[in-house]
Amino acid sequence: MDVCFHCGDECTITAIMHQDHCFCCYGCKTVFDILNENDLSYYYELETSPGSIPSKFDGKFDYLKNETIAKKLLEFDELSTKIVSFVIPSIHCSSCIWILENLNKLNPDIKTTQVNFPKKKVRVSFDSEKLTLHQLVLILCKIGYEPNISLNDSDAKTPAINRSLIYKLGAAGFAFGNIMFLSFPEYFEVSEFWLDRYKPVFRWLILIFSIPVAFYSGSDYLVSAYKSIRSKLLNIDVPIAIGILVLFIRSAVEITMNWGSGFLDSMAGLVFFLLLGKFFQQKTYAFLSFERDYKSYFPIAVTRLTKNNTSKDHKGSQEEQAQVYDLVAGDRIIIRNNELIPVDGVLIRGTVLIDYSFVTGEADLVSKQPGEHLFAGGRQQSGVIEMDVLKSVEQSYLTQLWSNEIFSKNGKSSFQTFTNQISKRFTISILSIALLATLFWLIYNPSLALTVFTAVLIVACPCAIALAAPFTLGNLLRIFGTHKCYVKNSGVIEQLANVDTVVFDKTGTLTTNYKNVITYEGIELTEEEQSLLTSTLRASNHPLSRSLYHLLLEHNIHTLDDFQEEIGQGIIGVLDQNKIKVGSYAFVASDQSECNQATQNQTTVHISTNDTYKGCYIFYNDYRKGMQNVFQSLAKNCKLTVLSGDNEGEKNHLKEILPPHTDLVFNQKPIDKLNYIKALQAKGQNVLMVGDGLNDAGALAQSDVGLVISENINVFSPACDGILEATRFKDIPAFITLSRKGKKVIMYAFIFSLCYNLIGLGFAVSGHLEPIVAAILMPLSSISIVLFTTIYTYSLGRKFNRNTNE
Amino acid sequence: MSIIYLLLAISVIVALLFFVAFIISVKSGQYDDTYTPSVRMLFEDEVIKEKPQIAPKTNEQTLMTDQLK
Repeated sequence: MDVCFHCGDECTITAIMHQDHCFCCYGCKTVFDILNENDLSYYYELETSPGSIPSKFDGKFDYLKNETIAKKLLEFDELSTKIVSFVIPSIHCSSCIWILENLNKLNPDIKTTQVNFPKKKVRVSFDSEKLTLHQLVLILCKIGYEPNISLNDSDAKTPAINRSLIYKLGAAGFAFGNIMFLSFPEYFEVSEFWLDRYKPVFRWLILIFSIPVAFYSGSDYLVSAYKSIRSKLLNIDVPIAIGILVLFIRSAVEITMNWGSGFLDSMAGLVFFLLLGKFFQQKTYAFLSFERDYKSYFPIAVTRLTKNNTSKDHKGSQEEQAQVYDLVAGDRIIIRNNELIPVDGVLIRGTVLIDYSFVTGEADLVSKQPGEHLFAGGRQQSGVIEMDVLKSVEQSYLTQLWSNEIFSKNGKSSFQTFTNQISKRFTISILSIALLATLFWLIYNPSLALTVFTAVLIVACPCAIALAAPFTLGNLLRIFGTHKCYVKNSGVIEQLANVDTVVFDKTGTLTTNYKNVITYEGIELTEEEQSLLTSTLRASNHPLSRSLYHLLLEHNIHTLDDFQEEIGQGIIGVLDQNKIKVGSYAFVASDQSECNQATQNQTTVHISTNDTYKGCYIFYNDYRKGMQNVFQSLAKNCKLTVLSGDNEGEKNHLKEILPPHTDLVFNQKPIDKLNYIKALQAKGQNVLMVGDGLNDAGALAQSDVGLVISENINVFSPACDGILEATRFKDIPAFITLSRKGKKVIMYAFIFSLCYNLIGLGFAVSGHLEPIVAAILMPLSSISIVLFTTIYTYSLGRKFNRNTNE
Repeated sequence: MSIIYLLLAISVIVALLFFVAFIISVKSGQYDDTYTPSVRMLFEDEVIKEKPQIAPKTNEQTLMTDQLK
C-alpha cells in the first residue's frame, strides 16, 4: 500500500492520486498544492513525508478577531510591526524548520520567522496593516502547523530566562584559567632574580581575580550555607562555604602580609568544578513543561451570546468572542463540536455528549439533557450546544482542585538528599578533627596552630563529595531521557530510588485509550443481521460504533433504506423491512426489567432487531502490554495500589490478573486520590504515583514522585515530576532499579572521596600542606570522582539498554 | 620599568575581552537554542527559477537531505 506523500500515513480507500503522488486525504493534497504553487516544494526534498494532516479549524480561532484577545498574545506591537510567538506541537523535523522560516514566500506580509526547534516555538513578525493575527494563524493552520493557544498564553509574558549559572560558571572559569596561568612561576619555585622581584605583582593580580570567584560565583554556596545554619541544618554547602571562605581569607592574609602565595588557585578550581557539576545536572527538556495546570488546557476565549434586553431567551442575539476570564454567572455561551467546556453551567439547548475522561478518568461519553448541569473540563463531542454560565473559571468544580495547598507549595523541599544526610556527620567530624589538631599544635608548637587549623578546613572541603551526586544523577537523567522517560530534575531520580509504594491510576494509565477487546453475549445474530448491523454502524461516528465496526468489517455492506441517530441514545438502521436498533439498553429494549445486572457497570452496546432484544457487545479496556510483568516485578519490593475514578466493573477482572496483595480502590474523585496519597505518606511511605490526566493532578503533586504516562509527549500532561512515553510503560520497574543503582554509585563515590580527604588530612594535621600539594590534590580528587561516576553510570546505561531491548 | 608589566597588562586585557564577548553572547540568547541553527545552516541556498518548473535534484542536494535524516 502506498503512503501519503505529505504525511506518511497509509493511503486507504480514500487515496487521491495527484501529480504522480499519492495522498491519504484532501487535506494533505491541499497543503501540497499550496506549497507547490508557492515554490516551496523543497519541503518534500528535505525529508520524506514531513507533513502533518491539517486539522479542521473552522471558526476555532475566530476569537483572534477580537482585538483585546489578540493583543494579549502579542510580544511586540508598534507602528505596523507585530511580533508573536506560537507553540506548534507538530514541529518535528528539519523540513518543518525550513517551511516555517520561509513563510514570507506564502505571504509577503510576514516579515521574518524564526523557529526554536527544542521548544517547538516559532516567532513571527508581520505587517499588522496588511495582515491580522487571525489571518496569520489561519495560514499556519492551512499548511498543517496549527498553533497551540491556551489560557496560559494570556496570563503573563514569558518570564526572563535565568542565565545566572552560566554567568557564574563563565566568571569562575575565566578567573580559574588566569589564576593558574599567573601561579606557574610559584609552582616551579624558580628563584630567578626577576621572578622573585615581581612575585608580589603576580600575587596581587591573583587576589584581584579571585574576589569575583569567591563572592560572585561562589555566592550560591555562601547563601545556602547561611540559610541552612539559620534553620539549624547542616547541608553539604556548609563545609563547602567554610572551605571557600577559609581558603580566601587565609590566602588574602598571606598575600597582603607577603608571607606566601596562598591557595587561591585551588579555590578558583574548586568553585569552577562545583559549578560545572551544577550545570551538568541541569539537563532540561525545553519542549516539555512539568508545571502545567488547567490553564494550558483551557481555551483562551469562547463564543458568547450578547444579551438582548427585548427578548428573554436570547433570540436574535449576537455572537461575540469573549475571554474565558471575563465570563460571569448568567452569561450564555456556545460550545462547538470538539470544544472544551471552560466553566460550570447549565445546558440550555442541544444534545450533549461529553468526554469527561480528562477530569474523572471515566472513559465513556456522558450524555446530558437540557436543564442538566455541565462541569468544566469536558469536551463536547456532538454538535453545537448553548449553555448558561453558573460560575466563573476559577470557581468551577475542576479548577478548585488547584486551590489545594499542594499546588502552591514550591517544590518538595522537605526531601533530604543523600548528600545532605551524610554531610551532617561529615561536617561535625571535620570540625572536631580541626579543633583537636589545633589543640595539639597549641601545646606542641603554638606558631603552627593557626596554619594547621585552616589547612584542615581547606583540605577537608568536600569538593569530590559534592560532585558525586550531580554527575551521577545528571548522567542518569540523560539515560532516562534516551529511554523516553523525561524527568524534571535530578532530585526526582534520587527520590525514585527511595520509593516503596507504587500507586497506579487505571483509565489511560493501565489501559490504553482504545477499547479493543469486545465480546458478545446473547442470542447469536444471523449472517443477514450482522450485515445489517455493520452497515448501520458504518454510518455512525460514535467511538463505540467505530470500534465495533472495525471488528465486523468483513461483512457485506449494503446501502441502508433509512438511518437515524439519536445522540446519546443509539442508532436505528432499516433495510428491506428489517429494522435494527443499536445503543443503550433503554433505547433498544422495550421491557426495562430484563436488564442484565452483570453488565450494568460495563461499557455495552445493545442490539435488537425488529423490536426483539438480541444481546449486547461488551467492551473491555485493553490493558497495556506487559502490565502483569510490571506488577509482578514491582510486587517484590513495593506495595501496589490501583486507584481509579472508574466504577467497579473491572474489579474482578483486575483481581485475577494482578498480584494478590494489590489494593484496588474505585470511584475515586480527584480530591480523594490526593487524600489517599496523603494517608499513605502519613504512614511514612514513599509514594510513586503513575497517572495520566487532570484527574490525577492532585495525587501527582502530592506524591513523592509523580510520573505521567503519555501516548504523545507533545500533548497536554498535568503537572508532574516526570513524563514517560506509553510505549515504555513496561520499563517502570527497570527505571526504579536503575535509580537505586545510581544511589549506590553515589555511595561508592563518597567512600572514594573520603580516602582523598584522609590523605589530605594527613598532610594538613602534620602541618605540611604546601600550596602545590593542595593545588594537585583538590583537582585530582574532583576529576577522578567525575571519571568514576561517569564510567560507572555509562556501564549502567549499557546494561539498561540490553535489558530493556530483550 | 620592566616589560613584564606591559605583558601582564596585555594578557589580562585580551582575556577580559574574550570574557566580555562571552557574556554578551550569552546575554543575547545565543546559547538558548543550540539546535536549530545547526539545521538551518544545512539548508540549500535559494534557487532562483525562471519558469515554474521543479528544479532537478542534484547529487549534492540528495546527499544533503540524506545527511539530515
